[in-house]
Amino acid sequence: MAYLELKNVNKTYGRGKESTQVLSDINLEIEEGEFVAIVGFTGSGKTTLVNLINGLLEPSSGEVLFKGKPVNGTSHERGVIFQNYSLLPWLSVGQNVYMAVKEAFPKEKKQVLHERVKEYVDMVGLTPAYHKRPKELSGGMRQRVAVARALAMNPEMIIMDEPLGALDALTRGNLQDEILNIWSKHKRTALLITNDVDEGIYMADRIIPLKPGPNATLGPEFRIDIARPRDKTDLNDNPNFKKTRNAIIEYLMDIGEQRKSVSQKEYSLPDISPKSFVA
Amino acid sequence: MKQSITLDKVTEYVESGAFTSSVKSLGKRTLKFNSKKFFRNILIPLFSIIVFIGVWHLGSRALFNMEADYKIEKALNERGTEAAAEIESCIKSGNIACQPNTLPSPVQVWDSFQSLIADHKAIRADKRAFVEKTAVLNEKRLAAGKEPITYTGRPSFVDQILTSLETVFAGFLLALFIAIPIGVIIGLSPTLRSSFNWLIQIFKPVSPVVWLLLVFMIVKTMTKDSNSDSAFIISFISVGLCSMWATLVNTAMGVSSVDKDYINVARVLKLGSLQKVFKVILPSSLPLIFTGLRITLSVAWMVLIAIELLAQSPGLGSFVWEEFQNGAIDSNSKIIVAMFVIGIIGFLLDRIMLTIQNMVSFNKNEGV
Repeated sequence: MAYLELKNVNKTYGRGKESTQVLSDINLEIEEGEFVAIVGFTGSGKTTLVNLINGLLEPSSGEVLFKGKPVNGTSHERGVIFQNYSLLPWLSVGQNVYMAVKEAFPKEKKQVLHERVKEYVDMVGLTPAYHKRPKELSGGMRQRVAVARALAMNPEMIIMDEPLGALDALTRGNLQDEILNIWSKHKRTALLITNDVDEGIYMADRIIPLKPGPNATLGPEFRIDIARPRDKTDLNDNPNFKKTRNAIIEYLMDIGEQRKSVSQKEYSLPDISPKSFVA
Repeated sequence: MKQSITLDKVTEYVESGAFTSSVKSLGKRTLKFNSKKFFRNILIPLFSIIVFIGVWHLGSRALFNMEADYKIEKALNERGTEAAAEIESCIKSGNIACQPNTLPSPVQVWDSFQSLIADHKAIRADKRAFVEKTAVLNEKRLAAGKEPITYTGRPSFVDQILTSLETVFAGFLLALFIAIPIGVIIGLSPTLRSSFNWLIQIFKPVSPVVWLLLVFMIVKTMTKDSNSDSAFIISFISVGLCSMWATLVNTAMGVSSVDKDYINVARVLKLGSLQKVFKVILPSSLPLIFTGLRITLSVAWMVLIAIELLAQSPGLGSFVWEEFQNGAIDSNSKIIVAMFVIGIIGFLLDRIMLTIQNMVSFNKNEGV
């Protein structure tokens, strides 16, 4: 039995004539300790898929099973890192993390909770910014707070919804390494949603493309057989990396083309050839 | 309310203009002397004040001359040349009995201001003497189980200001305690919001005068047996009811339009519904609530004068009305003094609220 399982999941927004089916027939199995990445175009329903798994949304039909039990609302077992950080702006870094920790361990003493908050804020390297408000932090720092908040609750599974989408390339690389570090230390199950194929290959065990919506569904999976820990610079010379990368990109380009050709008319072009200037 | 619109414009002008900037520049305590800033924030406002007083002075003098000419002409037509010459010399001599009654000049207003202060000092001294005189007697009365004798003399101008402030704060607190809880409840439930909406939309534009009459109808009956100060109760309740709508609407809007991301966070953290309200919804709507409270306070102060004027409860409003009815030679200038005092206090109240608003608001730039 898989750790997380989606069976024939459909999600429709709206009712009657105006309804749009965002996700259709999603089947997904994730094993315990696995790192899975879902890659897709923007607007293909990635966030909807994440919200189905973390329990913020309910599927219109089909089942989402977590450890064999149907997902019924949110749970502290599944930590979420949101796309736009979603920190509470009136709380400091420490308070933001503390709020989560307090909810996750309601029976612990205050001091233990504070220790835990400090530990996780330190883990993401933000101890100097402990008392700062999110507004005073850079984008990368904010996302680290979000990471600390999600992990401090000690979830069994981490769900990341384009966590690094809004960051610059350098910060992005650093945070990728940090997330991998934490993941390998605790061997939690992780699901990463991203629009960056390279990021997926660098971080995940498996990559599953999401065909663009409406009626988005999952494509064939690609296994990444590259030994960990992976090195970014070595990765470029790895033949396996190139092969997988090309295969995924080709697949995504193909479905992109298909999507275009549905809406495009065929125009007949005049039969002309270039003039020769030599003769 | 036409009156409110014009007053809003006046405050707007004051805020955007010289006053704020000069206050701000003084508040920052910049040690370096910045000549450009000094020129713009201190010299220019000073200059504009001088121009204002100058125009006022010339205007009042022109009105004075018009009124004097009219008086002389009237005497000439009705009682002949002799009477006219007599009145002319009387006006020129500065005799109080025959001065034309019109817009007072800045100097007159300043004089009345000083006489009001002197009056206040005299009344205070009188009061103190009275308290000393009755101290022994009051002790005896208290020992005998009787009410002590209190000073019942005329209130001074400063007393009136304090009474007005008391009334406005009582009204403001009433508005706060009614509007915020109801606003939160309405904001949380779309059903309640639509069921309360008609009520808010209908009662919001009702004039202060009508509120006063409504409150009067109810309070009059309810306080029939007690000998409490019903004029004060009537005026502060009316002030509260007139001014609470801004807070009510803003609170409901703030609570109902909390960022969806924050709600998602609350759901992912599995906060209980009470905790969700107190830890996520209320903090995120605080800036809007305070914007509402600030509007409420300025509306309360504005409405207060009109209500005091009608309700015969002591305060600046009744001061203005009594002076107008009085018709003494310095009544007009006292009214102008009251006008400035009302304006300055309103401005200060608004500044205080803005400071508090900036202190609670997590988005510092949003406040102004």
